Amino acid sequence: MATAQTRTLSRIMMAPAVIVLLIWMIVPLVMTLWFSFQNYSLINPMMTGFAGWANYVYVIGDPSFIQSLVNTLILVGGVLLITIIGGTLLALLLDQPIWGQGILRIIVISPFFVMPPVAALIWKNGFMHPGYGMLAHLWKFFGLQPIDWFNQYPMFSVIVIVAWQWLPFATLILLTALQSLSEEQREAAEMDGANAINRFYHIILPHMARAITIVILIQTIFLLGIFAEIRVTTGGGPGYASTNIAFLVFRTGILSNDIGAGSAGGVVAVVIANIVAIFLMRAVGKNLDA
Amino acid sequence: MGSISLSHVKKSFGEVQIIPDISLDIKEGEFVVFVGPSGCGKSTLLRLIAGLEDTTSGTILLDGVDMTKAPPARRGLAMVFQSYALYPHMTVRDNIAFPLKMAKAPKEVIDQKVEYAARTLNLSSYLDRRPRALSGGQRQRVAIGRAIVREPKAFLFDEPLSNLDAALRVNMRLEITELHQQLKTTMIYVTHDQVEAMTMADRIVVLNAGRVEQFGTPLDLYKKPANRFVAGFIGSPRMNFVDGPEAARYNASAIGVRPEHFSLATTPMPGAWKGKVGVAEQLGSDTFLHVHVDGLGLMTIRTDGDQTFGHGDDVYLTPDPARIYRFDAAGLAL
Ligand SMILES: Nc1ncnc2c1ncn2[C@@H]1O[C@H](COP(=O)(O)OP(=O)(O)OP(=O)(O)O)[C@@H](O)[C@H]1O
Ligand SMILES: [Mg+2]
Repeated sequence: MATAQTRTLSRIMMAPAVIVLLIWMIVPLVMTLWFSFQNYSLINPMMTGFAGWANYVYVIGDPSFIQSLVNTLILVGGVLLITIIGGTLLALLLDQPIWGQGILRIIVISPFFVMPPVAALIWKNGFMHPGYGMLAHLWKFFGLQPIDWFNQYPMFSVIVIVAWQWLPFATLILLTALQSLSEEQREAAEMDGANAINRFYHIILPHMARAITIVILIQTIFLLGIFAEIRVTTGGGPGYASTNIAFLVFRTGILSNDIGAGSAGGVVAVVIANIVAIFLMRAVGKNLDA
Repeated sequence: MGSISLSHVKKSFGEVQIIPDISLDIKEGEFVVFVGPSGCGKSTLLRLIAGLEDTTSGTILLDGVDMTKAPPARRGLAMVFQSYALYPHMTVRDNIAFPLKMAKAPKEVIDQKVEYAARTLNLSSYLDRRPRALSGGQRQRVAIGRAIVREPKAFLFDEPLSNLDAALRVNMRLEITELHQQLKTTMIYVTHDQVEAMTMADRIVVLNAGRVEQFGTPLDLYKKPANRFVAGFIGSPRMNFVDGPEAARYNASAIGVRPEHFSLATTPMPGAWKGKVGVAEQLGSDTFLHVHVDGLGLMTIRTDGDQTFGHGDDVYLTPDPARIYRFDAAGLAL
């Protein structure tokens, strides 16, 4: 794209795709905005008309909103922490020449192919069920009282499930990055007297910085909107203990049948997502410039 | 400091034997070049010495100490890779300082050595750049800088100049030779460019299919090649080989004559080989004639640049009788 002519040409060529994308994005967004300023409750269909900021005041003023916001951040942060650290370690492990490497990689990646509600169900009934879950059996084996995960540690349980789902993604991207590190660079570091830890810290980690950034950015986008796992397991409870913003919108809009307030929550969620995105880009985006 | 000796070193990758059996003695301070055709095992041999590959059997002594099983870091050698293998996220300064940092040298010592290396290699004004922002020749110098700060027992170079353009190669060749004269450290240099081998080496190891064909000074190899392979490999353009009845006249199964060892005439001479000029490559200083000799095939002849032969001219070639190389049926020099 060196000359002005090719630049103009490329803009014209891209225009249709960009316009379709814009419409695709803008129409639902504008509708949501519109609803968020309307009195629109399915329980009370007679009450209509312009609502002003009432819906926003209602959503943000509710104490459950702050809790949901905190829960959202805990969920995103917790899952990121587990997947980045776990993914790096797994990638280092899978990069070693071991017997059955191909099969092993497929096994490691497979959780990613399980749909979120299914994954949540597997964990809910297969592992974390206080009566017949595997963990309950394990606890009983050691003579301990089984834990009712979703009631006692709702956020932690959701984080574990979501992290299990996203670990393969992180591992895969990080493994690819790891494998793109030139053999000669590792060997050079080895000859320069760097031991395994120094090699990891000075050579491998900086090489993976960009991949880690990408994992953080992509995962954050998806993790901000985690829904199915919560819906299937804790239902946002007990109380609001495991309700994130996305689930709060669902509770307000669908469970309480208040479309107006739900839309207001949706708009707030979009704003929050953008704020998080800006902070993220500031914090880690510079890794992408290189 | 810096003698390297290999005895009966063997290397196989799985079933495939790459190096059948090599014994070599490299003296302290020597500049030794490994040369040979692609795939003959030059890099493998170098990596065995560096410790980047496990030796299948045999022993490697560095300064008389058995280092066959020692990890690369303990051997005290420095290696310059073909792709330079600079650390892309570090500045030139950090790249050069890296081995010293790993050795936990004090900060002042590191700074001082980096400065010194940078001055020696003309890198002082690039110290704060990343490798990405350097030219090929500069990157090469950084790689060398990273090697010299450690004051290694020996330097190992694996085709360090093959990514550079012709003019820069000549320059870097001189710089490395000068560096060797200045540091007097043992250097092993791998190349498949025989001009590099001839001009830089104190002694050359000619490798072929994992075997040492000959180990000697450049002029030794040129004047007294041990066998037909070395004779053909050293010297540019290649030596001309003749076998059959013409070779039998010299009591050999094959004879070889270098392109520069012919005298050339345009009129018939007794005992001369008659031929027709095919292509004449004029380099200015020299002219290489490709002559189709009746019954003997294509020969390359080197003449001075003022000769003006054209396509199809008849020429008569007389090999210098004192410089005819004779080989037996097994290819060994007689
Ligand atoms: N890790 C390996 N596994 C199996 N075979 C190998 C391995 N490394 C090298 N080889 C084989 O060993 C032989 C020698 O390789 P080597 O790299 O030493 O050649 P080289 O002389 O350096 O060639 P070049 O001039 O092209 O660099 C080649 O036939 C190569 O295919
Ligand atoms: Mg090689």
